[in-house]
Amino acid sequence: MSISLLLLIIAVIGVAGYLFGSWRANALAGGKLSSLHSRPGYYGSFVAIWSVLPALVVMLVWIIASPIYISSTVRGGFPEEVKATSQAEQNLAYNMIGAISRGLNTLSAEEREAMFADSATARTVLAAKGVPLAADPAPYMLTSADDLNRMTKASGTFLSILVIVAALAGAFVSYRAIAPKFRARNRVEGVMLVSLIAASSIAILTTVGIVASMATEAIHFFNMVPAWEFFFGTTWDPRFAAAGATASSGQFGLIPLLAGTLYIGFVAMLVAVPVGLFAAIYMSEYASRTVRSVAKPLLEVLAGIPTIVYGFFALITVGPFLRDISAQLNGLVTGNYASFIQAQSVLTAGIVMGIMLIPYVSSLSDDIITAVPRALRDGSLGLGATRSETIKRVIMPAALPGIVGALLMTASRAIGETMIVVLAAGVAARMQLNPFEPMTTVTVKIVNQLTGDLEFTSPQTLVAFALGITLFVITLCLNIYALYIVRKYREQYE
Amino acid sequence: MSQVSTSPALGIATKPERRDIGLRRRYAAERRFRLYGMAAIAFGLLFLFLLLFSVVSKGYTAFQQTMITIPIEFSQQIIDKNNERATNPQKLVTANYPVVARNALAKVLGVSEDDRAGLKAVNGMISDSVRVQLRNLVTADPSIIGTTQTVTVLAHGDLDSAFKGQIDLTVPETNRKVSDKQVGWMNQLAESGALSKHFNTGLFTNGASSRPEAAGVGVALIGSLYMMLIVLVLSLPIGVAASIYLEEFAPKNRFTDLIEVNINNLAAVPSIVYGLLGLAVFINFAGFPRSAALVGGLVLTLMTLPTIIIATRAALKAVPPSIRSAALGLGASKMQTVFHHVLPLAMPGILTGTIIGLAHALGETAPLLLIGMVAFVADVPATPMDPATALPVQIYMWANEAERAFVERTSGAIIVLLIFLILMNVGAILLRRRFERRW
Repeated sequence: MSISLLLLIIAVIGVAGYLFGSWRANALAGGKLSSLHSRPGYYGSFVAIWSVLPALVVMLVWIIASPIYISSTVRGGFPEEVKATSQAEQNLAYNMIGAISRGLNTLSAEEREAMFADSATARTVLAAKGVPLAADPAPYMLTSADDLNRMTKASGTFLSILVIVAALAGAFVSYRAIAPKFRARNRVEGVMLVSLIAASSIAILTTVGIVASMATEAIHFFNMVPAWEFFFGTTWDPRFAAAGATASSGQFGLIPLLAGTLYIGFVAMLVAVPVGLFAAIYMSEYASRTVRSVAKPLLEVLAGIPTIVYGFFALITVGPFLRDISAQLNGLVTGNYASFIQAQSVLTAGIVMGIMLIPYVSSLSDDIITAVPRALRDGSLGLGATRSETIKRVIMPAALPGIVGALLMTASRAIGETMIVVLAAGVAARMQLNPFEPMTTVTVKIVNQLTGDLEFTSPQTLVAFALGITLFVITLCLNIYALYIVRKYREQYE
Repeated sequence: MSQVSTSPALGIATKPERRDIGLRRRYAAERRFRLYGMAAIAFGLLFLFLLLFSVVSKGYTAFQQTMITIPIEFSQQIIDKNNERATNPQKLVTANYPVVARNALAKVLGVSEDDRAGLKAVNGMISDSVRVQLRNLVTADPSIIGTTQTVTVLAHGDLDSAFKGQIDLTVPETNRKVSDKQVGWMNQLAESGALSKHFNTGLFTNGASSRPEAAGVGVALIGSLYMMLIVLVLSLPIGVAASIYLEEFAPKNRFTDLIEVNINNLAAVPSIVYGLLGLAVFINFAGFPRSAALVGGLVLTLMTLPTIIIATRAALKAVPPSIRSAALGLGASKMQTVFHHVLPLAMPGILTGTIIGLAHALGETAPLLLIGMVAFVADVPATPMDPATALPVQIYMWANEAERAFVERTSGAIIVLLIFLILMNVGAILLRRRFERRW
């Protein structure tokens, strides 16, 4: 019986349980609902929960446990000489048995007989059925595959029986429990509360998952490449993952990538901070209601545009424009029409990323500037200061901690940004100060190392996780510090 | 003070001079400051305009496609010379259909069958996708072999660019992809009405292709649709449940504090980190297939959850406490209060937040690159477990193609993506306008 059919059966039992439960509660009340502890629907829900939940738990446990059990039994049945080989070879043999067992299911009885009589024909017979094998199977594999099939089938039958029995038993027991004094609502609400808690734990699980998955892979990496070579190396040259090569052949220096990340982020902040701040100040202090209601959403459109679109814009429009204009400038000054800005460069990526960040800076700072109490403004204006003086001397100092927090959050976004730099910054990992040349970033290298064929044993792949955890830690620190500043600042006025 | 010493020179009759406290300078500074603010806003809006203009001006032509309508003779001689299709159905699949189309066009243009260079140039005007198109026609109805049918075929990508005026014809002939002869034929065909621009339905139905004229976002749209469904089905209930717990039930203790800080930080984690998580957990550990829409959906769900939780909590917070008090006062349990009264009132805000979260997820590219969705997928994925690609990833892949015609396609795909995003955001705004209550 397939899993989906089984789920359907459970659902049907659940719905039936709900109907019977509420019907029985109604019958017990005998037209006088107030004699019941809870409304009839709760009795129904109680029965439904008891028929569905245990069955699902049984199903989950079985689905996880049975393949493990079957696999260990099949492996236990391997001949001694196979058991003596390495774990990897045993895995290979097991995978082959799995393939054979799939193939066996497609064969007719006579074909099976013929194949079991002569295991040398197995490969051609199965290939004809669309199940390719890597090599001719050893005779023991056929019997093992047969065992595997038998056990899988038995496990499936057991699962169906067990789950249906669990569902029916749950329904029966809970149905019997229904009585006017039975506190069904409290039971149901208890289950609901537990599921609410479970849902909010997913946030924690995600963080744990991020940290654990990246940390384990990064530790694998650091077993192959010393940590200090990674964190303090100045050369990035990972080479290619060669099959079977375990020794690290490339150099994995983080410094050039980090330098590129920070440089591009710096250029982006150079664009975004003045523009965003002035836009926020104008919007909160000068702009009329109509201007504000038009300009603010329009600026926020910039934040809603996917980063891949910015990347394409940088690649197709901004990069070539900068290149051509630099050629013209160069021609005017020296007469030599060679461009000194490359199409993919720190400048291109930085400017476009800066544009992307404008709305983050402006809307965060706008909130903070508006939060400065009216009295401070009025006091300053009343003493004869112009508006700009009020802003510069009174509001900005008061809003500064919040704005610094906002800028830190923006910076963490700049550091983690991927698509713009992938398309516009280039892939050359080098350390230099010329903003007109391409540099590369941590995120670009994560993408580069993980697109294409992956082997979770080579340092070339695993380095991406080391880069990822570095990125995660940097952005996390920036954000926590920013949140800390913002919170501390808010307490001053509230 | 210095003014006092200069004023006596002007005589006693003049009015007492106003003390110069630098007002002119200060007002100038004020005006400058104001100007900076306006310049900043103008700068932002200018770039928004430039970005949209650059995409639209490059991309609107992608919605039209040059096609050639010609009578094609399905010659028995070429398709099935020895009349063996009854015994060997493979014959119809492997037949040389491009030659059929080439000969038909050559006939229309009056190119002799012996003019090899001419035939090659004619061949360069028709898309390679004609092979599949004619093959499908013939295998669907083998009786058309030997007859002449009027068929509309795609023009080659370069000819398409030339016809749309995107190829500079002043460049020397050897340096461009269409020859003068082909341009002449093109104009001749256009005058006779055989060659014209049609609405490009292929853009919305086709999958990936190495030939720009036959490439489309259809498959990517399906992949994106699967992922959005998964994100919606998973993140809305989980997000709402989590926010209800945190906002309405959670006691103030270390554990809930931890969850809270966590959610705020998760919202700021770079999206690419979620891609690494998906790769390590869903693909490497749990063994899900690479490139599957299911994995993409799960990763995007995790990414969207914090956004939805934050929006939902704000919506729940906006419901006034009097509602809760009234329900509790009438004897409702805490759970009944929340689910029967608070949640329905918060629903518009929750849905608005969800739509905005979905819009973000729709445009997200980086995590999908890491879980192997950068794949050449030409067939529509039947289930979420099949290899799929997504709209933004398709844009990324096309952006890396060098051909001119792909720039047009990329911009066209971006327009499609932006239209979806605009629709979603407008929907969210309307929802908020329509149902939002001010308490």
